[in-house]
Amino acid sequence: MNIHEYQAKGLLKSFGVPVPGGGLALTADEALKVAQSLAPGKLVVKAQIHAGGRGKGGGVKVVDSPSEAAEAASKMLGMTLITHQTGPAGKTVGKVWIEEGTAIASELYAAVVLDRAAERLAVMVSPAGGMDIEEVAAKTPEKIFTTHVEPGQPLWSFQARRLLFGCGLGVALVNQGVGILQNLVRLAWEKEATLVEINPLAVTAEDRLIALDGKINFDDSALKRHKEIAELDDPAESDPLERQAVDMGLNYIRLGGNVGTMVNGAGLAMATMDVIKMAGAEPANFLDVGGGASEEMVTKGFEVILSDPNVKAILINIFGGILRCDTLASGVVAAAKKLDLKVPMVVRLEGTNVQAGKEILSASGLNFEVAGSMSEAARKIALVAAGGAR
Amino acid sequence: MSILVNKNSRVVVQGITGKEGMFHTEKMIEYGSPVVAGVTPGKAGQAVLGLPVFNTVAEAVKQTGADTSICFVPAAFAADAACEASDAGIKVVVVISEHIPVMDMIRVKAYLKARGTLMVGPNCPGVITPGECKLGIMPGYIHRPGSVGVISRSGTLTYEVVDQLTKAGLGQSTCIGIGGDPIIGLHFIDLLKMFADDPQTQAVALIGEIGGDAEERAAAYIKAHFQKPVFGFVAGLTAPPGKRMGHAGAIISGSKGRAEDKLAAMEAAGITVVKALGQFGATVAKSIGG
Repeated sequence: MNIHEYQAKGLLKSFGVPVPGGGLALTADEALKVAQSLAPGKLVVKAQIHAGGRGKGGGVKVVDSPSEAAEAASKMLGMTLITHQTGPAGKTVGKVWIEEGTAIASELYAAVVLDRAAERLAVMVSPAGGMDIEEVAAKTPEKIFTTHVEPGQPLWSFQARRLLFGCGLGVALVNQGVGILQNLVRLAWEKEATLVEINPLAVTAEDRLIALDGKINFDDSALKRHKEIAELDDPAESDPLERQAVDMGLNYIRLGGNVGTMVNGAGLAMATMDVIKMAGAEPANFLDVGGGASEEMVTKGFEVILSDPNVKAILINIFGGILRCDTLASGVVAAAKKLDLKVPMVVRLEGTNVQAGKEILSASGLNFEVAGSMSEAARKIALVAAGGAR
Repeated sequence: MSILVNKNSRVVVQGITGKEGMFHTEKMIEYGSPVVAGVTPGKAGQAVLGLPVFNTVAEAVKQTGADTSICFVPAAFAADAACEASDAGIKVVVVISEHIPVMDMIRVKAYLKARGTLMVGPNCPGVITPGECKLGIMPGYIHRPGSVGVISRSGTLTYEVVDQLTKAGLGQSTCIGIGGDPIIGLHFIDLLKMFADDPQTQAVALIGEIGGDAEERAAAYIKAHFQKPVFGFVAGLTAPPGKRMGHAGAIISGSKGRAEDKLAAMEAAGITVVKALGQFGATVAKSIGG
């Protein structure tokens, strides 16, 4: 789960990481009030969406007065912000964060991230702050300093010092930085975050370190034991259909095409999308109804797929293992009848009692085409989706 | 020969009295797997499917000589269960449970490593040595004893591949679903090393998916060290970046973890890459004979 910058800054602050004073506004009036309550001087107005690259897209504005802050906020609120991370459709700005300006001497990068290969948390610091860290890693990897946190151990001060001295900082800044890095690690462990990133971590004109941005990702599997974190989720940030699917217990991701897919198992679901594309059609979604798909899940799956108006055909690909194909076929037929399905469908069944399953589908009188293999299913669905002869 | 599990394994089921645990234990016994005991804290003295149930894994090991475990306990208790198995001296622990917090897995891995326990999973279908021991939730009947080792990050996708191999006349030595989470027990490379030493295994099917760089690392290992033919598939060519595709570990982060890069690494390592899943079994059969 991702959270907004303003939420991340709140968490960082509660873990002892310095952040600029600021406040959230949903309207221009609120923006004015927030701006008036902050220290006089320059202010920064920042659009709150779950995507990086906001500055380039017009989502960050530096102003000189509360009235200018209100004006900037009124322009930002409601606008569609397109950045390299939002996709071409962009995201609508519903909230702005207004904070006190910082006189920046230089910018660092600091992050704690789950390192899958090392199977532990990695702490990364770079003097090339304010830039895309992937780009820094690709072009100047010598500018990134990394260490790992041993399971059950803190980030020891010496580890943090080595990174910070590596960045060329003086001893006063190094000492501040050690505390900040240790706090980031503590935050990651306690709240079960797989990424805590500050970019930039600014060195101010007064030689202080302060977090000017914050990005935190949490482990979805751990949210049950962190209710205060789960509550930070912003429904406006996710696709409404994907949200509905989550509530139903389905793994659903909306894509751009017109061939709806329903598959049991995530790996097979991805592979099914891939074969559809290879056959010349475009998948409309990823949908995993679970390895042991039941009639109930199949019904829910249909409901979600059909809520996408782009869907012109549906490919069902089920590998019936423990769950028998005849049981599953009955489920598909019952769900299709219940929902009065009109969209043409190709069904590929494999596994236990597959013959009985196919007979149930054929006898149903519904608009099913049965495929015997992955390749055949893809070929048939591409034809159907293109409106070709069936 | 085979790897990890065989007819001489002695299996204890952790969480045997739960719905999933009981259902799959019955299927494992039907298959002929050497299941000797179950564990559910507080249910010692009961018998489930004719098997004795113990309060602790240590007691099950002491009474039955169990050396292998399979965990069906809910995610919130699964990390604890894996560590309990390790502490009791279990050599191989298979964790089926999904949605185990990743910070738990960091701790579990350190705990198991210190005790020399091998773990498969979590969030996996398990391990099967066809004809000898089914330790998992996979449909047993699609497998045949034979010479192809199968390693996969997925569940039903593995069944699809195994089914194609069997239909193409190719049996399997051992099939391992390594799990779809970001941090897992045994990796591709650990298992490739075992397959390298297993005379029964003549070829390996490597089934990957988007996310992480396990496939790239496996490809580098294969290029440098692995002599037997390898056939590769990677799911998720059409997956968008930044979205978790069902499995917690299946996500393209920035430019990392893309299927294209994994396929390219496999090809560069001399692995026979199968792009159309429907052709997997036929491709292997054509190459090594069905």
